[in-house]
Amino acid sequence: MIGRAGIPEPSAAAARRERRARRERALRLGLTYAVLVAVSAVAVFPILQIVNISLRPSDQFASTSLRLIPEGATLAAYRTILFEKDFPRWLLNSIIVSLATTIIGVALASTAGYAFSRLRFPLRRAGMMLFLVSQMFPATMLLLPLFIMMRRLALLDSFAGVIIAYVVTALPFCVWTMKGYYDTIPRDLEEAARVDGTSDLGAFWRVTLPLASPALAITGLFSFMTGWSEFMVARVVISSKKLFTLPLGLENLTSTFATEWANYAAGSFLVCVPVVVLFVVLSRFLVGGLTLGGVKG
Amino acid sequence: MALPVDPAAGRPARGAALGWRGRERLLALAFVGPAMLVMLGIVLYPFVYNVYLSLTDMGLYTFRNPSLQSPLWKNYAEVLGHRELYVVFFKTVAWTGVNVLFHVAIGLFLAVLLNQPIRGRTLFRVLLILPWAMPQYISALTWKGMFNYEWGVVNHLLQKAGLAAVPWSTDPFWAFLAPLITNIWLGFPFMMIIALGGLQSIPQVVYESASVDGAGPARRFFSITLPMLKPVLAPAVMLGTIWTFNNLNVIWLVSNGGEPSDRTHILVSYVYKAAFTYYRYGYAAAFSMILFLILFALVWMQTRVGRATEASW
Repeated sequence: MIGRAGIPEPSAAAARRERRARRERALRLGLTYAVLVAVSAVAVFPILQIVNISLRPSDQFASTSLRLIPEGATLAAYRTILFEKDFPRWLLNSIIVSLATTIIGVALASTAGYAFSRLRFPLRRAGMMLFLVSQMFPATMLLLPLFIMMRRLALLDSFAGVIIAYVVTALPFCVWTMKGYYDTIPRDLEEAARVDGTSDLGAFWRVTLPLASPALAITGLFSFMTGWSEFMVARVVISSKKLFTLPLGLENLTSTFATEWANYAAGSFLVCVPVVVLFVVLSRFLVGGLTLGGVKG
Repeated sequence: MALPVDPAAGRPARGAALGWRGRERLLALAFVGPAMLVMLGIVLYPFVYNVYLSLTDMGLYTFRNPSLQSPLWKNYAEVLGHRELYVVFFKTVAWTGVNVLFHVAIGLFLAVLLNQPIRGRTLFRVLLILPWAMPQYISALTWKGMFNYEWGVVNHLLQKAGLAAVPWSTDPFWAFLAPLITNIWLGFPFMMIIALGGLQSIPQVVYESASVDGAGPARRFFSITLPMLKPVLAPAVMLGTIWTFNNLNVIWLVSNGGEPSDRTHILVSYVYKAAFTYYRYGYAAAFSMILFLILFALVWMQTRVGRATEASW
């Protein structure tokens, strides 16, 4: 320790100060962990609830026990949902719808975002604004016209109908994310590639797009989640049971008797697992990859 | 700003017929065109159709042959003349404000904690992200179950703590608080991740030199962290405001469609009920328009008021 005038301080005082600093650090660390543990517990709690309900035997549906694994836990609900209900079909339908939404959404957003970030063209700002303003439309404003429009185009009760609706739902956020991320990639790299004789498309495809992979992962994740979790549009567009997606199927379970709650919880848990795994795997991309670009710039 | 270098200038090969400007336009058309076409078709058409609808008397009995209202603005007059609108509007503003405030405060706080070099922070980040990862309708229905008066776990915990059970579904105040709590739980991870990304882009050197100059933790937070996070947070807050204002799922599912007796609505759920429970399509369309204009004005004000957002706009 060097004192103000460059003279070493008496060592006793220095040691005391050192001890106090260490104690403060320990206290702060302890508080940090306490807060993180408490909030994490609240964040995780509903999932534990779902697991708990899904394992309850049918006579304990209204139990108020706080045990994580209920008494007489049984996997009967999982068996029922997987082998006696249409769950596998809903699962397949949801996978088809979500994957299609993801592929189309990523393709459209990665290109549109690039144009908004790199190119100058007429109506550029208006285009960015359209994406933002579309987020402000209340669901009710789109549902009814969408319904009528889809009936005219014979898209009702088809996967194509919901896929189009989901792409549009996810697109504005995805375009923003892509644009924001492209903005952080230096242009010099593309320019260097161009000077070396790469075409405009080649510069995008081989230089910029690979660098934007964190944003691509996020865009894909959000498109997939939109398709996986959406309920309101699906309810309006899809009516035949063989086209039910997971949300429709699960809702169908809740509208019957109370005995179905365990089945519903088991279904919910199975629905959560893939998205949560996907989210956790991609979560390292989320930090830093999620740069929402502004309209300007 | 166009690219400063025109790489095609000294190269008579591919694309030489068009200059960079021409190629730029063409590329833009090819890249933005498809996305724009989809948006225009699925967003703009319904919007225009909704304007038309809002001027008609379309309902359950006039579904096939709606006629224009006379006077034309009759639906709008009815919406605006209804005293209930102003109550619901106030609730919506409160709903949006409280939600976004808590999302940002909790998210920012957790981000600061997670930005320290502590052990297990990846684990905490994963756990804290879960509310965002879960499908919204599942979390909403799960919370609804947890708020159940008799066998819900929330009341059960309250009673264990020696407090009275709360009438989460029958008292209008508590019935509104339940979806609010649910939505706060749902929304903080998004802000946390955004803030965490912003924090990691602040160079450590800035903090060190501030410390040398004698700035304490509070001073460092308000003079360095917050200003440097603003460009990252501003668009997120704007999007969060829009999403919360229009969040139909949570309020609808947790309060069971506005119960008790339509006292827990925000504007969007109120319109949804008018349209799809009472089949008043023309009226609902006019209401949707007004709702959209309110939100548009709110966001516009937010971007004006927050000078800081200028940087990101």
